[in-house]
Amino acid sequence: MVNEGESGRFEVEVEGWAAKDESGILSPFNFTRRKTGSHDVTFKVAYCGICHSDLHQIRNDWKTSQYPMVPGHEIVGTVIEVGSQVKNFAVGDRVGVGCMVWSCQQCDSCSKDHEQYCEKVVWTYNGIYVDGSPTLGGYSSLMVCDHRFVVKIPECLPFDAAAPLLCAGITVYSPMKYFQMTEPGKSLGVVGLGGLGHMAVKFGKAFGLKVTVISTSPQKEKEAREHLGADNFLISKDQKQMLEAARSLDYIIDTVSADHPLHPIINLLKVNGKLVVVGMPEKPISFHPATVIFGRRFVGGSMIGGVKETQEMLDFCAEHNISCVIESIPMDYVNTAMQRLEKGDVKYRFVIDVTGSFSSPKAN
Amino acid sequence: MVMVNEGELSRFEVEVEGWAARDDSGILSPINFTRRKTGSNDVTFKVAYCGICHSDLHQIRNEWKNSMYPMVPGHEIVGLVTEVGSEVKKFAVGDRVGVGCMVWSCQQCDSCSEGQEQYCDKTVLTYNAINADGSPTFGGYSSLMVCNQRFVVKIPETLPFDAEAPLLCAGITVYSPMKYLQMTEPGKSLGVVGLGGLGHMAVKLGKAFGLRVTVISTSPKKEKEAREVLGADHFIISKDQKQMQDAAKSLDYIIDTVSADHPIQPLISLLKVQGKLVLVGLPENPIYFHPAAVISGRRFVGGSSIGGVKETQEMLDFCAEHNISCMIENIPIDYVNTAMERLGKGDVKYRFVINVAESYSSPTAN
Repeated sequence: MVNEGESGRFEVEVEGWAAKDESGILSPFNFTRRKTGSHDVTFKVAYCGICHSDLHQIRNDWKTSQYPMVPGHEIVGTVIEVGSQVKNFAVGDRVGVGCMVWSCQQCDSCSKDHEQYCEKVVWTYNGIYVDGSPTLGGYSSLMVCDHRFVVKIPECLPFDAAAPLLCAGITVYSPMKYFQMTEPGKSLGVVGLGGLGHMAVKFGKAFGLKVTVISTSPQKEKEAREHLGADNFLISKDQKQMLEAARSLDYIIDTVSADHPLHPIINLLKVNGKLVVVGMPEKPISFHPATVIFGRRFVGGSMIGGVKETQEMLDFCAEHNISCVIESIPMDYVNTAMQRLEKGDVKYRFVIDVTGSFSSPKAN
Repeated sequence: MVMVNEGELSRFEVEVEGWAARDDSGILSPINFTRRKTGSNDVTFKVAYCGICHSDLHQIRNEWKNSMYPMVPGHEIVGLVTEVGSEVKKFAVGDRVGVGCMVWSCQQCDSCSEGQEQYCDKTVLTYNAINADGSPTFGGYSSLMVCNQRFVVKIPETLPFDAEAPLLCAGITVYSPMKYLQMTEPGKSLGVVGLGGLGHMAVKLGKAFGLRVTVISTSPKKEKEAREVLGADHFIISKDQKQMQDAAKSLDYIIDTVSADHPIQPLISLLKVQGKLVLVGLPENPIYFHPAAVISGRRFVGGSSIGGVKETQEMLDFCAEHNISCMIENIPIDYVNTAMERLGKGDVKYRFVINVAESYSSPTAN
């Protein structure tokens, strides 16, 4: 449990919703944030996406949760104040913050703009900031963030539909760029059609790839093909379909966070194919060495993306008119949303209309 | 356990002597069989030496459940050309040549056109496979080889003939992924798991590429040789938790050569961010690791199988240039069963090589 005093430590009063214990039930929570420091950007939160990680962490699935926890790391809003050293942002700008609010800025990872792999990275919520205070996320009326971790949201993107790009979007965009999945004509498989999966399909089509969705739900096929533009659709439990598609994919992005067998998915890879795991199943991954040896295939993982890369992705989305397919909800729907999210009952990301939920934010 | 039709042994014109396993006991004994006459695209050579690969041990004992008997193993074969076919321009009588793990592929698929014949769906392996003409393939524990020229390589003059034989499988099996993953940037760090036939070659090639090389092993007694003879910079005992923790996130790449079952997750922990672990040994059981181990540092685990023919020639030329060859124990062919038992216990530095030429004083090649 976070020390009670922490919630009243600072000067700026903020309203939010927090989970108080591992039941994960969220309820209104008042707390404080620091005043705008010389390197900070302060913004009134407009929208915040609900990420599957939020669900895991409010319930302490990863055994690292601190309560009270204000989740939310897909945060967009309008700047109301900037610190004296901040040149890149101005009052009125549309900005966003994703999963990180601090890193060391000195290690290899930071110098390569891969702050997410820095050993000292501080997460937007459920972390400890450099001043020792717990970090509290975007299910709240106001954010104060170091300018190095703030990005600009292009004007032409719908504000609410841009929010999930800050985690779901970058989590698939980053490995797609790292593996150069940008060669038109190559084949991409996307396992799971949720927040991450639907973005992988959209990016894949924008990169000129042939995209195959691999899913357990036949009812997702129509939308996958007609709205998202997927070229093919496989039911992962249909052995015949899976065998017919063996060795047909250059890359696979696996977004599924439930435990599932990886072996049939690796078999879909061509020689030299690569499978990137971006969901976080609970149990170990397992496969026979022969599956990768005879075909020089690789299985690995990737985690969100760096700040610079996030900005690049947002600009790419603006250019190609890509944003997320969302269901906008008021803040007080959040507990129902979490239950539905657990059952995969959302197309494809809930986004909390924060402004609409807090009529008069108490920012100074 | 599949038995080869008896008639296959005498199907062709050229008489050959060899040693074969007759059943899954894996015990080898003398066998006479025949090979085809030199065809227009063939290179025929008198076998001088043949390396013993761990795959030979697995297959004579039918551990992979696909063995055909009688089986003449051997896919690290070197010798002197005695005849070439009419369409063969690159090889001449008297040349020092070698054949590795493959004797045929389709030559049309993506893998073949990229010089990676080992990933072709129709690859024919040098032994324990079926040729395009339907005959079973027999390997290099024999007095003579006849092979399509596309799968024959030249063995450089400057290296000891016997010590070059294992390059044709052990050498290329580590060289290929090292090139594929560009482990050739001086100053980067390579971990080599297991110090046997493949492992010692990975250390030698790693040092030649200018890498800092760490050997990860279960045997403390291998440390002295690893450092003093092979040039390894570091040596870690994989079961020593403290050593493993101290080395966490220190390696750009790892080549895992171990074919016994062993835990992979502790090895992944040794990788830096974006590090890559390549499996080249073939353990029997599936491997396990937690997704967080790879997600939290964009690490990758994959595999690689031998190497293409062109790449094998490139490796041989590289070895000649850098004076790299294998450390071997030269044995007569009738020692082979004892060698197999010792190999099963890892009791060899680091590859047995059968002195075939001396074992057959008068080969009956036509």
